Amino acid sequence: MLRCDNPPPGEGLLRVTGIVIEQATRRFGNVTALDAVSLSVAPGEFVALVGPSGCGKTTLMRVVAGIESADSGRIRIGGRDVTGLRAADRNVAMVFQSYALYPHLTARENIAVPLAMRRLSGWQRFPLLGRFMPGTALRRAAIAADVVQAAGSLGLGELLDRRPAQLSGGQRQRVALARAIVRHPAAFLMDEPLSNLDAALRVQTRREIVEIHRRVGAATLYVTHDQAEALTMADRVAVMQAGRILQVASPEAIYLDPQDLRVATFIGSPRINTLDAIADTAGRVEVSGVPTGLQARPGPLTLALRPEDLRLAPAGLPARVEGLEFLGDSVLMHARHTPSDAALVLRLSPEAPRPEAGEGIHLALDPARALLFDAAGRRVTLLDRIAHAPEWTHV
Amino acid sequence: MSDSIAAAPPRHRPLVGEALAGLLLTVPAGIAYLLMLLLPTAATILLAFTDYELGLPGFAWIGLGNFEELLEDRGFAIAFRNTVIYVGLVAPLSILLGLGAALLIEAGIRGRALFRAVFFLPVVSLTVAMAAAWQYLLHPTIGPLNAFLRTLGMTAPPFWLSSSDWVLLSLSAIGVWENVGYNMVLFLAGLTAIPRELHHAAEVDGARGWLDRFRLVTWPLLGPTTLFVLTITMIRSIRVFDTVAVLTQGGPNKASEVLLHTMYKEGFTFLRLGYSAAITLVFLAMVLGLVWLQTKALDKRVHYG
Repeated sequence: MLRCDNPPPGEGLLRVTGIVIEQATRRFGNVTALDAVSLSVAPGEFVALVGPSGCGKTTLMRVVAGIESADSGRIRIGGRDVTGLRAADRNVAMVFQSYALYPHLTARENIAVPLAMRRLSGWQRFPLLGRFMPGTALRRAAIAADVVQAAGSLGLGELLDRRPAQLSGGQRQRVALARAIVRHPAAFLMDEPLSNLDAALRVQTRREIVEIHRRVGAATLYVTHDQAEALTMADRVAVMQAGRILQVASPEAIYLDPQDLRVATFIGSPRINTLDAIADTAGRVEVSGVPTGLQARPGPLTLALRPEDLRLAPAGLPARVEGLEFLGDSVLMHARHTPSDAALVLRLSPEAPRPEAGEGIHLALDPARALLFDAAGRRVTLLDRIAHAPEWTHV
Repeated sequence: MSDSIAAAPPRHRPLVGEALAGLLLTVPAGIAYLLMLLLPTAATILLAFTDYELGLPGFAWIGLGNFEELLEDRGFAIAFRNTVIYVGLVAPLSILLGLGAALLIEAGIRGRALFRAVFFLPVVSLTVAMAAAWQYLLHPTIGPLNAFLRTLGMTAPPFWLSSSDWVLLSLSAIGVWENVGYNMVLFLAGLTAIPRELHHAAEVDGARGWLDRFRLVTWPLLGPTTLFVLTITMIRSIRVFDTVAVLTQGGPNKASEVLLHTMYKEGFTFLRLGYSAAITLVFLAMVLGLVWLQTKALDKRVHYG
């Protein structure tokens, strides 16, 4: 039987390059939505683009899709320079936040649209008349078979003849995914596909999307504002803010080794603790006169510590307890650093003794995991992490 | 235990009060509806079965007499036919042109407000006043249209409003001009309600051409709007009266006689209110029939619930 779903010759070779964005810039009036952004997604790779609302991540995705054009810069997909091409000619598939299903078509017809648009001529798609064009029946049959296959892989078999309004949010989302994978695109773009699902379904669908990505193997760019999605799903995470990509790295590196204070504060929940610090002429880092045992080049600094990298100690940074939150697997302790009044959060083991609210305490830090940033927010390398204390510093 | 049940506050009390207040609040609207709509309609229905003439002392119940007369009345038959032709021309043309104007304005970058206003102007202007302008425009000797046709070399341009071949077409053209702006505004509202993401999805899915995107997204999603526009335009054009009354009085030789004008003449010129009421009932039946047909036949096909 004639089947059109095999990739055309040469496509395997072209796929090698995935998505490459070079110096893409986009301005809306005075606002620079994209500021010379460069990013590449290898074939088979899953890159999550994460950032707060309005940081330009959706604009970047739309520029890649061809829905919007960049003022300058180049986009390459599957080895082709697609900068000047229309969205229809870019061989990308996209899943939209609202799913963007055609409400008047059944699930089956929705999934068939990208195939019909590509495999049938304008005349063959013409209502009624098209059925009598030579070759239409054969191609329609091939499209129908591909639709059933794509829908089957997403468990949509029973629902194919329903319209979007008759489907639940999760089912609509699968139809949108099926419509995207049915034509084996060179690049797969997803714009916050989970944000319209309820929390339980979101966690389940997260896994399914990763699974689909493994099967399809296309370069995937996934836009989200939810760091949990980015960290759990992606091979690499790109953190974006104010039109710039701050860091692209593996989820572990983004969390443990952020190169920018904005990355450190954006990723991680609860938010990373930050304290104003200073390195004296000898390079000793102090917080409000209390030495931390860290060494850095002299100057003003920001000391950043994850909630799990602080702990109660007999001496150290003075603080006052404000309240406790029991989370089951851990206890969050909210406190205030007494000299600077900075808010601090600690993650304690549920078995550990807990101080009372209002109690004065002292905190020690884990020097191996302490992060230092300079006045511009750039990561500062420690000159000697463990100059004074072998492990936890009690000062 | 029985104490606590007895002590439970009577919870239905405020609800009754609320329902009563609600009912009271609907009274003004209810009275208006009754006086302005239901009673006149009932009176018309009753009148249609009498031979009542304004100024005569009594009247007699004549059953279906008026309707029998209608069937044999050549003037009514012409008016009915003309009204159907008028609606058949004005509704499709003004809908298509209104849709076209809306699509062009929506796609345009500059001058949206200007074009909206220009096309909407006929809707807000007074038809009777505008009819005078049309009378001048279409005047056989001094009218600019025929002057223009003569410069093109046409020796005997048509008498637009006084030739029985042309008069209905001329009135239809004015009807289209009157309705396009209204339909355009409705279509513009319908177009802005289409989610932009759907157009983007169509683009990514491979709909390259304008026509592909129109067929895949715009036209189906305009379905409910189009149904509404169709209903409204048919009702608006079936009601054609003022242009006929001002420009032609149904002439020449009943060539532009329409239902409402016939009704008006029977009722207010010949004072045959019973007969006129029968014509009104025919008109009412046509309007209700159209609305029923459109909602029954098409509603299910344009709402994708």
